Amino acid sequence: MMQKRMMTVAVGAVLALGMAACSGGNKTGSATGGGAASAQNAAVGKVFSPSTTKGGTLRFGMADDWDSVDPGDTYYALSWNFLRNYARTLVVFKSAPGAAGAKLVPDLAQTLGVPTDGAKTWTYKLRDGLKFEDGSPITSKDIKYGVARQLDKGVNALPNGPTYFNDFLKDVPQGYSVYKDKNLDNLKSIETPDAKTIIFHLKSALSGFDYFAQLPATAPVPVAKDTGAKYKNHVISSGPYMFDTVALGKKYTLKRNPNYDPKTDPDSGRLALPDTITVDLGLNAADIDNRLQAGDLDIDIAGTGVQAASQGKILSDPALKAKTDDAASARTWFSVLNPDVAPLNNIDCRKAILLAADKTGYQRAYGGATGGDIATSLMPPLIPGHRAIDLYEAKTKPKGDLVAAKAALTKCGKPSGFETNISYRAARPKEKATAESLQQSLAAVGIKLTPKPYPTGDYFKLYAGKPDFAKAHNLGIMVYGWAADWPDGFGFLSQIVDSRTIRPSGNTNLGIKIPAADAAIDKALSTTDATARNTIWGNVDQLVMENAAVLPGVWSKGLLFRPSTLTNVFVNDGFGMYDYTAVGTSRK
Amino acid sequence: MPTTVLTYIIRRLIGAVILLFIVSAVVFAIFFLFPRLGGATDDDLASRYVGKSAGQAQIHQTAVKLGFTDPIYVQYGRFAKGIVAGQDYNYGPATEHCPAPCLGYSFITQNPVLPDLLDRLPVTLSLASGAAVLWLIGGVGTGVASALKRGSALDRSAMGVALAGVSLPIFFTGLLSLSVFSYSLGWAAPGGANPMDATNPLDWAYTLILPWITLAFLYAAAYARLTRAGMLETMNEDYIRTARAKGLRERDVVVKHGLRAALTPILTIFGLDLGLLLGGAILTETTYSLPGIGQYAVQAILNNDLPKVLGVTLIGAVFIILANLVVDLLYAVVDPRVRTQ
Repeated sequence: MMQKRMMTVAVGAVLALGMAACSGGNKTGSATGGGAASAQNAAVGKVFSPSTTKGGTLRFGMADDWDSVDPGDTYYALSWNFLRNYARTLVVFKSAPGAAGAKLVPDLAQTLGVPTDGAKTWTYKLRDGLKFEDGSPITSKDIKYGVARQLDKGVNALPNGPTYFNDFLKDVPQGYSVYKDKNLDNLKSIETPDAKTIIFHLKSALSGFDYFAQLPATAPVPVAKDTGAKYKNHVISSGPYMFDTVALGKKYTLKRNPNYDPKTDPDSGRLALPDTITVDLGLNAADIDNRLQAGDLDIDIAGTGVQAASQGKILSDPALKAKTDDAASARTWFSVLNPDVAPLNNIDCRKAILLAADKTGYQRAYGGATGGDIATSLMPPLIPGHRAIDLYEAKTKPKGDLVAAKAALTKCGKPSGFETNISYRAARPKEKATAESLQQSLAAVGIKLTPKPYPTGDYFKLYAGKPDFAKAHNLGIMVYGWAADWPDGFGFLSQIVDSRTIRPSGNTNLGIKIPAADAAIDKALSTTDATARNTIWGNVDQLVMENAAVLPGVWSKGLLFRPSTLTNVFVNDGFGMYDYTAVGTSRK
Repeated sequence: MPTTVLTYIIRRLIGAVILLFIVSAVVFAIFFLFPRLGGATDDDLASRYVGKSAGQAQIHQTAVKLGFTDPIYVQYGRFAKGIVAGQDYNYGPATEHCPAPCLGYSFITQNPVLPDLLDRLPVTLSLASGAAVLWLIGGVGTGVASALKRGSALDRSAMGVALAGVSLPIFFTGLLSLSVFSYSLGWAAPGGANPMDATNPLDWAYTLILPWITLAFLYAAAYARLTRAGMLETMNEDYIRTARAKGLRERDVVVKHGLRAALTPILTIFGLDLGLLLGGAILTETTYSLPGIGQYAVQAILNNDLPKVLGVTLIGAVFIILANLVVDLLYAVVDPRVRTQ
């Protein structure tokens, strides 16, 4: 009896502590800096708490480890946003709210690229007075070296970054590596006729090459300071900040770069407000959300939004909700319908899935409306050229059109349905929930799905991204998602739609093979007029949907938390997260 | 007598080295042999070490470069040789020597594993040692008090709390304690504070006090229950009655005759627990974002960075073996019966 009472007391105490913990987040102060009223989405499309006041320490936190802070060796979206603080590239996304942030402006270059030879040759002229952190001048050779070094994607070089330059530069020698061939002149596809001019020669036309010129790979690297895979221990800065301390996997501290001259940087909109920037790594993800609310941390650098566990608490408390921004990103969560697996080789069977699927269930799996809007096509609205395409009644009958689905099944010769497998990444609860939701909604028309979870890290290399495996294991539906490398049709579509990118393994195009789409991609690449080009990207999206190649799920949004001490904060559409070169802090 | 002890220690150390090699071979087999038995090819293994967009040729080159195409015993031989004699690794523009004992080289972070582990060891050591002191004092003290006052309110409440301690997971008590004592009351450091950044012992203790208490709470609970059971048993032995009959002070009876006998099994468990913790207090370090060996292990596992996981496993094994050796030697001090044997 006594023991029972003691347990009751103990449980009561724990619950009381829990409640105290829940209300703990409310104690943080009201909005400061500019006196702007805090409201949800106050930093979407506009600047919240505008400020030009310099000083203070801006504290970022990160739940995982970084692939690398080396501009030539990183493929994390957060990294491309953050590194603009210490690395300048030929051109850059403007630091501005809303759509202006998805616009390219010259950075190290004086103007955007000048195309010649039908967009196969691109020339950039550098600005005057550019310097590295040690005061030495930045020349076109340093930029060429930066691009050249990351062509070596070997295991003991720089494997992490994208391969856009490998794929498009003309006549790169087989197995080229600056670490084996020290003579930079042997890389003829990049010319540096003088210290201020750099010319890129491409093997095929590429109208949107300026997007390549904003890749971190075009950040200058002084050859004498390059230590290959170990360069991440001390990246030489060309931007407003430089590394002060580096503890790999633990912490980075950045201080002001005395040799950065804002006069050489008139277009990017970088403000460089804080005096010091810190990034703590390896933090507990749940604790990051608590610390943001308690004011112990300023920004979750991942920029993908708070954890699902925190979301409910934040949204149910008006004071906390007012400090959030539901930021759209150029990312779609979707499932590929594998045309290699019967009966999905029949377009009508694919259409049946698209019609029968409960789109609201897909959205619920990603956290409901806060997690994103129901996608009616593959290409998200942030990509220029996006147009409303809704061929399968996602807007009008979001819970699915069973009558139309059954008609499609009959047309496909499977009136009573069929069986297939649905794959997803085991460590992703949202993908699991998607598979379960689809399993339920498709069962209504007799389509029986068997869920097949696979290890997250090897999903593309060994399982869903390996066509032989996918076919042999009957993976008819493969759940995943894709974020644009930059908000442009090429940046979003090329790696997931172009059938010519399909390799024996490691694919991100999980089986979309539409010759007309491939042809349209080629046409877009050679169209220099941006408006005409963007229309073509919209056409590619239309073709994908007409072919019922994918089941679009959700155009992703992330619930970003904005502590009241942040100043000059806004979501940059170029990255779909807060602009890390604009934010300041009112905390001294 | 000293020669006997010395021979014993040497014999145990040789045994420890053999055991370590067995552990390393087993772990190596789990990572590099078992996947093959499951059908993974050389290229499949190598695909973990290349970037997102590597082609098949590059994956194969990587497999050759990392030696995955060699027979498994050659690969293990190379790894074992690295431990004994060190090894060279090429990281692009130059070659890096990983001196003996080289526990491997991470091709993901491009660093030898051992310096990373040694760099993180002080954090884990600080966490484990502080918590161990707290749980030993708290657990054994509570256990003795409970046993002596068996059935009292003290006994029942102590055992009730102990039950809560054993039942509540660290990621719950940890986050709760942070919310209350750090974010609401401001009494303790927030998560993510690195104790090794502290400039004085007080700061060091300030960043560690919550992790210590949380970790100690879990272990103290088990120790209290163990001590209580042990004490209840020994205090009923005939020799305790004899000691009391001889007119010894009750304190001497309890401490010298009762507790001492009950301590032997506790010491065994303590050695294992401490050794295990030194190899990384995974949950506590993750919950409080402490940059110790446990957090390193988690990151390594998430990144599929096998050389790091192998390194952590070996270091963990070393600590457990050493802790066991120390405990066995301490037996002689604690328990006179062992000495006479």
